[in-house]
Amino acid sequence: MADVSIRNVTKQFGKTEVIHGISCDIRDGEFIVILGPSGCGKSTLLRMIAGLEEISSGEVAIDGRVVNRMEPAERDIAMVFQNYALYPHMTVYRNMAYGLKMRRMPKDEIDQRVRNAAKVLELSTLLDRKPRQLSGGQRQRVAMGRCIVREPKVFLFDEPLSNLDAKLRVQMRLEIRKLHEDLKITSVYVTHDQVEAMTLGDRLVVMDDGYAAQTGSPIEVYERPANMFVAGFIGSPAMNFMEVTVQESGQALKLPGDIQIPLNGSALSGWAGKKAILGIRPEHLELDSKGPLSILFTVGQVELLGADTLVHGHISEEKVTLTVRLPDVHRFEKQATIRLSISQEKLHLFDPETKKRIDG
Amino acid sequence: MVAHRPFQTFVTHGILILGALVLAFPIYVTFVASTHTIEEVTKSFPLLPGSHLVENYLRALTVGPRDVGATVGTMMLNSLIMALGITFGKISISLLAAFAIVYFRFRLRNVFFWMIFITLMLPIEVRILPTYKVAADLKLLDSYSGLIFPLIASATATFLFRQFFMTVPDELCEAHRIDGGGPMRFFFDILLPMSRTSIAALFVILFIYGWNQYLWPLLITSDQKYYTLLIGIKRMLDVGEGQAEWPIIMASTILAMLPPVLVVIFMQKQFVRGMTETEK
Ligand SMILES: Nc1ncnc2c1ncn2[C@@H]1O[C@H](COP(=O)(O)OP(=O)(O)OP(=O)(O)O)[C@@H](O)[C@H]1O
Ligand SMILES: [Mg+2]
Repeated sequence: MADVSIRNVTKQFGKTEVIHGISCDIRDGEFIVILGPSGCGKSTLLRMIAGLEEISSGEVAIDGRVVNRMEPAERDIAMVFQNYALYPHMTVYRNMAYGLKMRRMPKDEIDQRVRNAAKVLELSTLLDRKPRQLSGGQRQRVAMGRCIVREPKVFLFDEPLSNLDAKLRVQMRLEIRKLHEDLKITSVYVTHDQVEAMTLGDRLVVMDDGYAAQTGSPIEVYERPANMFVAGFIGSPAMNFMEVTVQESGQALKLPGDIQIPLNGSALSGWAGKKAILGIRPEHLELDSKGPLSILFTVGQVELLGADTLVHGHISEEKVTLTVRLPDVHRFEKQATIRLSISQEKLHLFDPETKKRIDG
Repeated sequence: MVAHRPFQTFVTHGILILGALVLAFPIYVTFVASTHTIEEVTKSFPLLPGSHLVENYLRALTVGPRDVGATVGTMMLNSLIMALGITFGKISISLLAAFAIVYFRFRLRNVFFWMIFITLMLPIEVRILPTYKVAADLKLLDSYSGLIFPLIASATATFLFRQFFMTVPDELCEAHRIDGGGPMRFFFDILLPMSRTSIAALFVILFIYGWNQYLWPLLITSDQKYYTLLIGIKRMLDVGEGQAEWPIIMASTILAMLPPVLVVIFMQKQFVRGMTETEK
């Protein structure tokens, strides 16, 4: 068990820089999820922690020791790969025992650890099989078993569930969570799946093109996204954005089509008369309110999800498209107009220049 | 489709059987000739096996034909040493070369790879004179080393293993690094077992290649002690005015065919697997 400290780490491949200085302190026993779209550098960052990729500048410290110059094996980490990377010609047992054998552990202790891990992961009956005789989920478990037996300081996961089908993914997600609660080993988990991120992570690092856009607990990131990228990336369907003007008083917003919504007390003093970006999540628009804040919305496409209904449409003569998520099933005619209300506490405002969050 | 038409089945099988007979006939003749006395063979050629099988083969193996100076037993042993030496040598060298080319980043790596690749275009016959000169200068004439080492480099096998190694996912190597193994451990513990089927396939091909070497052993051996069987058979035929000992020669020929056939029979399964699938 150990804390991991990432200090201003950058990575260059040749002349192109793909990680532009990321810092993050991971506490002992914490489960950190690195989340971001494809190609943003998540794997690269993880591989630098693992020692599989050289660190161009900055430092990574594990348990207080800078590990920049250490081989992966010396860092006392264990990693689960996306394609599992099991040794194909070895049995499950030997796959799990191999790392311990390399460390010259006595045979009976290896045996004990492997059998323990197998019990925890429900692999006990599969120990004599080869990886190709296993299902995807079982391979995944062997890959985790190989890490657990080592009892490392840090677990690293690179999209470990992305090769599994949806149902298995949910199940393995819960198992990983449970395993972490039992073992309390510091973990860094890379994914582009926000549900995984929200459910697994004690804290998230949302990455955008080589930068850490925001670090915080899942709820923090959801409720107070630091910038438009995080706001749009977290949450599904994505947040609606529209350009608004802050009223002279700083007490209300003017939406396209002359709709006005008052701001709840929080005066945007510096922003009076200026343009801003309003962000509102589809789930924070409510149907049919006679209140003063309701806006007229024209229905376009409707998607029935069973538990929810997604309604795509627009306000103010097609200029602004919106997606609304309504609980339960609703059947609207195309081009029907309905009234929506916006809950004031759930508004997000962003600076159109810097894309950063404006705090009222 | 074909199965439901008896006539077609009959014709196809007929053609196949005919073809097999045509191919097998010379071997049959060789075998028949190896079981008669020389008089019987030269008078009128018999079509059925005779009664001198044991006698002829024993004589070939232990005494040897006239004028050659080595028994077929010795020559077979020489051929075997040479074939196995070439096979194992080629496989180990090309495995290591491919390992270096795929997994290590060193200067001029690609230059080296292409140099190896280009030698594919130069068969033994083309480079035989310089090779002979080198072997002679190194005092390798009339020795097992001389028979084996000059033939041991193999661009084909190196290329084959390179292609195979490149299909092995990088993560395997990375997982191994995290597990704490060094490069040679990776080679022996992971790559080698994974290449098992390819190695088996190559073994068959290379063994036959080594066993059938003719030109190089002919050049490099003058001492009968180092004759390989193929050279021996050629020598047996060089009798000038005299009468060639056909039964003995034919017995030697059958014996010469035996090891490659055995290798193919016993390694057939691995051979086919090695050619068609890779374990991943
Ligand atoms: N070995 C390399 N050489 C050059 N560029 C690389 C190398 N590895 C990664 N990159 C680049 O670095 C960037 C980040 O790659 P990385 O694999 O970390 O993305 P990722 O966030 O893990 O994406 P994904 O979700 O698709 O796995 C990409 O633009 C990629 O093209
Ligand atoms: Mg990745």
